[in-house]
Amino acid sequence: MEPLHEEKLKYLEELAVRMRETLIQTLVEAGSGHSAGPLGMADIFAALYFHVLNHNPKKPDWAERDRLILSNGHITPIRYVAMAYAGYLPLEELKTLRKIHSRLQGHPHRTSLPGIETTSGPLGSGLSQAIGVALAAKLDHKKYRTYCVMSDGEHQEGNTWEAIMFAGKYRISNLTAIVDRNNIQIDGATEDVMPLESLRAKYEAFRWNVIEVNGHNIEEFVDAVHEARAIFEKPTVIIAHTIPGKGVSFMEGDYTWHGKAPKKDEAKVALHELRTLGKRIKSEHE
Amino acid sequence: MFKPEAEKRATRDGYGEGLVVLGDTNKSVVALTADLAESTRAESFAKKYPERFFECGVAEQNMATIAAGLGISGKIPFISSYATFSPGRNLEQIRTTVAYNDSNVKIAGHHAGISVGPDGATHQATEDIAWMRTMPNMKVVVPCDAVEAKKATVAAAKVKGPVYLRFAREKTSVITTGKTPFTLGKAELFWDSKKPEVGIVACGIMVAQALRAAQELKADGMEVAVLNVHTIKPLDGSALRALGNRTGALVVAEEHQVAGGLGGAVAEFFAKDGPLPIEFVGLNDTFGQSGRPEELLEFYGMGVGDIKNAVKRARKRK
Repeated sequence: MEPLHEEKLKYLEELAVRMRETLIQTLVEAGSGHSAGPLGMADIFAALYFHVLNHNPKKPDWAERDRLILSNGHITPIRYVAMAYAGYLPLEELKTLRKIHSRLQGHPHRTSLPGIETTSGPLGSGLSQAIGVALAAKLDHKKYRTYCVMSDGEHQEGNTWEAIMFAGKYRISNLTAIVDRNNIQIDGATEDVMPLESLRAKYEAFRWNVIEVNGHNIEEFVDAVHEARAIFEKPTVIIAHTIPGKGVSFMEGDYTWHGKAPKKDEAKVALHELRTLGKRIKSEHE
Repeated sequence: MFKPEAEKRATRDGYGEGLVVLGDTNKSVVALTADLAESTRAESFAKKYPERFFECGVAEQNMATIAAGLGISGKIPFISSYATFSPGRNLEQIRTTVAYNDSNVKIAGHHAGISVGPDGATHQATEDIAWMRTMPNMKVVVPCDAVEAKKATVAAAKVKGPVYLRFAREKTSVITTGKTPFTLGKAELFWDSKKPEVGIVACGIMVAQALRAAQELKADGMEVAVLNVHTIKPLDGSALRALGNRTGALVVAEEHQVAGGLGGAVAEFFAKDGPLPIEFVGLNDTFGQSGRPEELLEFYGMGVGDIKNAVKRARKRK
């Protein structure tokens, strides 16, 4: 991973806004899906696909590639958008999301789209799959790193803690977990539905290295990824504090946007806001 | 071929031996267990290849999903636990991350059937064939004795994709030898006669029970044939059809609920392919209980006498 220069940082920040626009368009076209989580993770997905990951969109099966496991499969639209921007699929194909015969399943399916590493959606089973992938690298003395994006809500699943325990025991240091700590889930705020705090103390108690970052600060996130790579004794979790719905004022922080897509008129407002943010707006109807 | 005084060993022992053979011959094979290394016989592999063995603790969901990650990364993971826990407890993980994900995971479900005995119904897996054979991408294999279990274990590593292997706890008669033919997906006639009146289709330890029944029926002057259907999915339709054509009536015997297991698979096949009378020997919509294996088999209608009675019922319905 090369150092993050100022110019590159600016590029990634602008890219994240463009990805959010494409995401809104994609969700409107699909007519269903999740909005808040994907918007909140746009900065991190821009950083992952365009700076952190050692990958080749032309060779999705390249044996030495870094693996990105998406545990909370419902935010897959932002991954599809990032993959489209990176060249894994044509941007045009995003319009097929959630439609019959599409490679872009509502929740991701490994063998449907090259570059999707695991099938996910049912929560709590991504981290352990990432551990399996990372273990295989250790057994084969391969250098690739495994990243696992998780939601905060799926820390209510027993399987997640089984995995956290296992990774601590076997010191899976070639694995970095990234938790989207956006504090919401379908039924409300995580701390109301089933409190998760203190997440940091819990991970530390299970023998993990913990770094907390602002999930919308790409520089902070990339620094954390660098730190994780330098630690050989433990797995690292980056707890990324994010705002669900980030970039669209009426979605930000509102848990009711967890599991629905914007309607056409709502999307128009959202796109207007994002284009203003991107300083690229010229008229209401652009 | 069948001697009642034959050596007795558990199918789980064959699994343990098969795992070691795989460890010796295939570096991609890894093994995982959830605090049941000794009982599932994964222990020998663990001792010989500790760097390829992962102890997950009492966490079957984690074991299945870690295996799913290994299986999509060039490894051939075998996961071992009791079938009520794996694929019981972790059924959704297996469905999503192994079957739908098409990961190269081999699931060894132990303590299957009522012959588990004194542990009771919590530890007697009697629905697992139904769970697993309805899952796309999954193959289902139920070996009949320890020798076949070893062959099935080795064979499972050679086919790409998810396989469910079902093993029993109790020592039962070894009815095959190293020379008995074994191919995944191919049923074998273990007992035949010139003009069999009824065909008995069986899997697992019920194959030996069926052979005992065949022997006794022959002494009574009745000819039958016994087909060992160790692979329930994919089902060997041509062997079943051939047996059906020759006999005109069948009995299916398995250590499983009558609903959804081998009997269900066979009934589905003949309903489509040309129906004939079928009698079912297995558990009838009930859980088991603690007891000695042989008395449980008798009490729940899976004894030799039960198979003989089913054969006579089937013949009457022709």
